[in-house]
Amino acid sequence: MTTKLPKFAASGAFALSAALLLAACGGTSDDADGAEASSSAAAGGSGLSGTIAADGSSTVAPLTEAAADAYRDVEADVQVTVATSGTGGGFAAFCANETDISDASRPIKDEEADLCAEAGVEFTEIIIANDGLSVVVNPENDWAQCLTTEQLATIWAPESEGEVMSWADVDPSFPDEPLTLYGAGTDSGTFDYFTDVINGEEGASRTDYSPSEDDNVTIQGVSGELGAMGYFGLSYLEENPDIIKGVEIDGGEGCVYPSTETVQDGSYSPLGRPLFIYVNNANYAEKPELRDFIDYYVSNSGDIAESALFVPLTDDQVETAESELASLVN
Amino acid sequence: MARRTMQETVHTTIRHKARSGESSPKSIGFLVILWLAILFALVFLTVLIVTTFIDGWNRLDSRLFTEYPASDPEDAGARPAILGSLWVIGTTALMTIPLGVAAAIHMEEFANRHHWFSRIVEVNVQNLAAIPAVIYGMLTLGAMGLMGVSNKNQVWVGALALSMLILPVVIIATRESLRAVPSEIRQGSLAVGATPLQTVVRNTLPAAVPGIATGSILALSRALGEAAPLLLLGGLVFLSFDPNGLTSGYTTMPIQIFNWTSRPQAGFHELAAAASVLLLVMLLAMNALAILIRNRYQKRW
Repeated sequence: MTTKLPKFAASGAFALSAALLLAACGGTSDDADGAEASSSAAAGGSGLSGTIAADGSSTVAPLTEAAADAYRDVEADVQVTVATSGTGGGFAAFCANETDISDASRPIKDEEADLCAEAGVEFTEIIIANDGLSVVVNPENDWAQCLTTEQLATIWAPESEGEVMSWADVDPSFPDEPLTLYGAGTDSGTFDYFTDVINGEEGASRTDYSPSEDDNVTIQGVSGELGAMGYFGLSYLEENPDIIKGVEIDGGEGCVYPSTETVQDGSYSPLGRPLFIYVNNANYAEKPELRDFIDYYVSNSGDIAESALFVPLTDDQVETAESELASLVN
Repeated sequence: MARRTMQETVHTTIRHKARSGESSPKSIGFLVILWLAILFALVFLTVLIVTTFIDGWNRLDSRLFTEYPASDPEDAGARPAILGSLWVIGTTALMTIPLGVAAAIHMEEFANRHHWFSRIVEVNVQNLAAIPAVIYGMLTLGAMGLMGVSNKNQVWVGALALSMLILPVVIIATRESLRAVPSEIRQGSLAVGATPLQTVVRNTLPAAVPGIATGSILALSRALGEAAPLLLLGGLVFLSFDPNGLTSGYTTMPIQIFNWTSRPQAGFHELAAAASVLLLVMLLAMNALAILIRNRYQKRW
C-alpha cells in the first residue's frame, strides 16, 4: 500500500512533463494553433508571416509599438518585436545586422555609420514623426515673450537650484516675480530631451521644481500663478491655448513660436526635432513582411504620431520617405 | 552501553542548562528582538502586498489576459508576457528536471564519492546554487556570442539561462530526497536479484519522487519570478504577437512589470500592480502545489 502512493505521484509527474512536452511540440510544429490565440484580426491581408526586429530609442519606441499593434490587425502572422536599448544601443545591434529597424531620436553618428559600413549593412534614414517641446508661462506674463536657450539653461541648470528663484535672477530687465517651476518627471522622454538640449546633459536638472507625469498638473499650476513656468510636449499647448501661453524660443537664429508648422519645417530648434527610423536596405528588399510593415508604418505615420502625442509628418516628408523606400526595391 | 548512558547524561545537562537560561534577562531580550524582527518582516510584507492589491485592483480584469501591451494603459494587457512566462518556464522544466534528476542519481547512487572528480563536482554544485542570477544571464549571453546566435530573444535562450540558474537547486533537492530513502530498501532490492539500475528505477527513485517534485516546483517558481538574466538576454521587448514556439520571441511577466513601472503614466503603474498580483497568485499556487505533494506523498521510514 505504501509503495502505491509514490507510484501515483511518479505517474503524475510524468503526466505533467508529458503535457508540457506536448504543449511545446504543439507550438513549434503547428503555428496554425492561432485559433485559440483569439486575435480578432481577420486572417485578411496577403497572408504574410515572419519576424521583424526593431530596437533603439525609448522615445521612438511608442511609435513603432503603436504601428506594430495596429499592424497585427492587418497581418496577424507577422511577429514584430520592439526593444528599447536607447538610440546608441539600437544602432549597435542594427549595424551588427541583428535588427531590421533602428529607432533613433537623433541622426546616426559617423562612427556608428562606420560600424554599419564595416559590417556591410546599408541603411535608409526615414523621418517618421516630429517631436516638439513647448515652454509655457502664465497668460498674464508679459515679459517672457521670447527666451534664449541660455536663459532657459540659467533657469533649469542643476547649479541654479536655490539660486535662481526670481525672474529678475534670469534677466535684470525682468520683474522680481518669484519663479515657480513645473516640469516633466524624471522617467519621461520629455525630461531626457529637455535636459539634454537645454542643460547639455541628459538627466541634469535642478530638482526644486514640481515634477509631474500628468501634464495637466503643469497646465493648472502655470495657469494659476503669474510667475510660473513649465515645459511639456507641444500637443498640450495646442490643446490649451487660452489658459497658458507658449514662449518663443531663440536657439541662436531668432525667436520662433512653438507650433506644428515650425516644428515640421525645422525652424523651431532646438526644442523641435525629427524622430527617425533606420531601415536595413537588404532586408527591406528581401523580406516582404518587413517591406509591408514599413510601408504601413509610413503611410499611417500621421495617425500613429498623433495617438502617441507627437507632431505628424508633413505631406512632403511622407512623400520623401515613400520615394526613398520605393528606390530600395528597384 | 556505557557510552550511550554518558551521551544521555550530557544531553540532559545541556537541556537543563538551556531551560534555566530561558528565563534570564539576556534570553528574554534576545527573544524580544527575534519577535520584533519577525513582526517587522511581516508588517513590511503585508503593507507591500496590500498596497499592490489596492493599486492593481481596478485593472485585475480580463483585459490583463486578452490585451497586448499598448501605448494607452487602458488598452494594454499582459497577454504576451503571460504566455511568454508559461513557455519559458515549461521549456525550463523540460530541460532542467530530467538533467538534474539524472545528475543527482549518478552522484548519489553510482559515482564513487571519494574520487577526486566527484568531489570537485560536488563542491561546484553546492557553490553554483549560490551564484546571483544575473551571472547566468551573462554566461548565456557569452555562450550565444560564441555560438553565433544573433537573435537572443528566443524562448529557448531564456529557458537555457533559467535552466542553469535552477539546475544546482534541482540536483541538491533530488540528492536530499534520494538520501532520505533508507538503504534497507536498496539492499532488499539488490538481495532479491535486481540490478543496481533496476533498483534505482523501480525502488529508490519512485520513493524519492515527492521530494524531487517539491524541490523542482520551488526551483521553477524561483525561475518564474526572475527578471535579471532575461533582461540581459534582450527579454525587455514589446511583442505584437503570442509567443508560440521555442524560437519565438518572448517577454515574461517580471519583465513586463519592470517595463510598466518605468513608464511615466500612472495607468501603467496600476497595470504593473495588477500584473504583480497575478504573478504573486501564480507563485503561491506553485508553492501550494509543492506543499500539497509533500504532505500527501511524503513517507516516514
